[in-house]
Amino acid sequence: MKNNKNFKIVITGLGGQGIISLAKIIATTAMHQGYDVKMSELHGLSQRMGHAESHVIFGEKVYSSLVGEQEADLIIALEPLEAMRTLNFASKKTAILLNNYTIKPVSTDKKEYPDMNFITDTLKSLCKELVLIDASKKLEKEINSIEGTNIFMLGYASAHALLPLKKEFLIESIKEVILKNQDINLKIFEKSANEK
Amino acid sequence: MNNILKKDGKTLLLGNEAIVRGALESGVNFASTYPGTPASEIGDTFSKIAKETGIYFEYSTNEKTAFEAALGASLSGLKSFVSMKHFGLNVALDSFLPSVYINAPLVIAVSDDPNCWSSVQEEEDSRYISMLANVPLLEPSDSQECKEFTIESFKIAEQFSTPVMIRLTTRTSHNSGIVHLEPYNIQKRQGNFIKNESRFNTLSPRIIEMHTQVIEKLNKIKEYSEKSPLNKIFNDSSSDLAIITSGISFSYIMTILEENNLKIPLLKLGITYPLCEKKIISFLKIKKKILVIEELEPFLENAIKAIAQKNKINIEIYGKDVLPRAGEFNVGILKKALKKMGINLDYSENEKVKELINSLPKRFPILCAGCPHRTVFYAVKKTLPDAIYAGDIGCYLLGILPPLKALDFILDMGAGIGVAHGIKKSTTQKVVAFIGDSTFFHSGFAGLVNMVFNKSNALVMILDNRVTAMTGHQKNPSSVLDIEKIAKALGIKNVKTVDAYNFQELKKTIKKFSDSNELSVIIAKRECVFLKPRDSFKVKYEITEACKNCRICLEIGCPAIEFGEKIKINRSLCSGCALCAQICPNKAIKAAK
Repeated sequence: MKNNKNFKIVITGLGGQGIISLAKIIATTAMHQGYDVKMSELHGLSQRMGHAESHVIFGEKVYSSLVGEQEADLIIALEPLEAMRTLNFASKKTAILLNNYTIKPVSTDKKEYPDMNFITDTLKSLCKELVLIDASKKLEKEINSIEGTNIFMLGYASAHALLPLKKEFLIESIKEVILKNQDINLKIFEKSANEK
Repeated sequence: MNNILKKDGKTLLLGNEAIVRGALESGVNFASTYPGTPASEIGDTFSKIAKETGIYFEYSTNEKTAFEAALGASLSGLKSFVSMKHFGLNVALDSFLPSVYINAPLVIAVSDDPNCWSSVQEEEDSRYISMLANVPLLEPSDSQECKEFTIESFKIAEQFSTPVMIRLTTRTSHNSGIVHLEPYNIQKRQGNFIKNESRFNTLSPRIIEMHTQVIEKLNKIKEYSEKSPLNKIFNDSSSDLAIITSGISFSYIMTILEENNLKIPLLKLGITYPLCEKKIISFLKIKKKILVIEELEPFLENAIKAIAQKNKINIEIYGKDVLPRAGEFNVGILKKALKKMGINLDYSENEKVKELINSLPKRFPILCAGCPHRTVFYAVKKTLPDAIYAGDIGCYLLGILPPLKALDFILDMGAGIGVAHGIKKSTTQKVVAFIGDSTFFHSGFAGLVNMVFNKSNALVMILDNRVTAMTGHQKNPSSVLDIEKIAKALGIKNVKTVDAYNFQELKKTIKKFSDSNELSVIIAKRECVFLKPRDSFKVKYEITEACKNCRICLEIGCPAIEFGEKIKINRSLCSGCALCAQICPNKAIKAAK
């Protein structure tokens, strides 16, 4: 990690997309690699399909478990609209890894879902680097299920130097945190690491 | 193996889990709770480890019975622990306050919810209750401290024979951090209640003597607090500005100081009642300005101002004049406050991004696809459109949101029935009270008895989904008690249990009972949809060509119904409750083949 500064990650998406599991895998990995780590999550009102957000910060010594505004090094977003919602954490040093798979809000808000070009243009203008990947689309095509999108994102981030943690430690943490369908998830991790 | 039971090493734990680990390392014997987020996982963790560790654990029917259970165990000589959310402490208050007078050692963990992430009643600062109760108060700032402070709380509870309160907030409860584990011993113990007249006979004038003793004890705890390493000074030096803080606020301010190389003296208070007055006095000296950083109310700020005034220390003390009293803190809020105090920091909010985020379509918290409450709300609204709808606390409070708008107010646990009764007695309006099964047993039952006793003719809808759903699907008395039998035993004539998915039957029963003008209870029963595995929903619904795009199906606010130019049902979300098919005027929604 550069200049002994802590690495700050915001993970976002919808309830049910495995946001907390993904955060736990990253936090556990950081711990096993000898870093101090803190992680935040929220429980309660939003269950399925609500905005979900988790923060992970690791480094030599970590006090806060919440990433400050404009302070994220990496934003992992499993849904484009939710990526927009975390833009207050982005700055010109932030990389955003975005799953190109929209899930529209339910019939409670009459506002239109923003145009995808508007989303990518806005994200690009406010961060260092936007990486758009078809994680859910590929999973849907290949295994007929979008479960595992979180692990796909993790594998991609790890293989493309977006996340300064070691691959073998990440694999161990997947085994520790994900108890259901472990084999499938490990395969997804390996596969996404080879994505271009 | 469950990480919480690891013998040693280190592990990542939620603050709530770390509290349980602390209790475990202290040798706790007895734990009770009523689930309430942000404290829920404390009880849930005990529930998971109870059998293996021999700890007695129960989900009690409410926070008062939970507190009294732990108190009984404490009076029987067991190491006792009880947890609840902030509102729960209000419910338990009637037994909490006198327990101090009878010198009952026990630890009570209370989680406040600044920003109301999972609360709808009010933003409450429970720290004042420790002052009201004359009990010591500890405020951890992360998971490691959650463990350590729990161990310390048991130590203080036993050394001074007193209840001790640990105050958490959503962010300490629900943040994870590394916790260093120490060995623990599993020991099952048999309690023994010893009769003791001078301890338990609280009739006046003895109670006045006891009050004096409680105050004397508090003074001794104050001396203990003076020496406690839980109250810790960082960066001590003479300085224009110094900071006093506690709990989660410490984590934000330390982040700012470290990352910006600011050497501002800081006093972190771990024991926030009674305060270590001497330590504070010596900290205040050789400083010009103090900033007190605490979420919600100026609890420490006012106490520190009083200490400064009493000791004639000439110093400016700031707090709520530069920091908000409502909502939770974060690094940005504290940076702004430091700038107001004259600290040079490179930080400004990006107003444009804020505006952009505010303009995005929102995802409101919403009843799940297939939630049995949805059918009940829609049936009541369609049958009694002009009635007053009294709400209560549980998932079903989401019924207040559009498009359902099926509740007119939500107050506190049990208030739906209680307040509905008052409205019914004061007006000629029709009143429907909604309450869930767990909330009914928590505090709705007394309200229903009051309705019987005082001859009300309201309609009570009991939304029985078999669990305490919103806090994590804990079991409650509905698993062993039949609400229909209870209502009948109270002498209520109009009582019926209806399948909560059966729209027509619900409407018919509501109409019939409402027309009879007598006190009526309908139990709308159906297991919470969240408990069923996603692949168990065999029947899915779809929109057929008969759809005339009238959009009536959007009135129920089902997340599985998507709308654009045409209406579509999201197959992976549809849980087959069939409400949309039952209300479609064109019979255009059918079970998919």
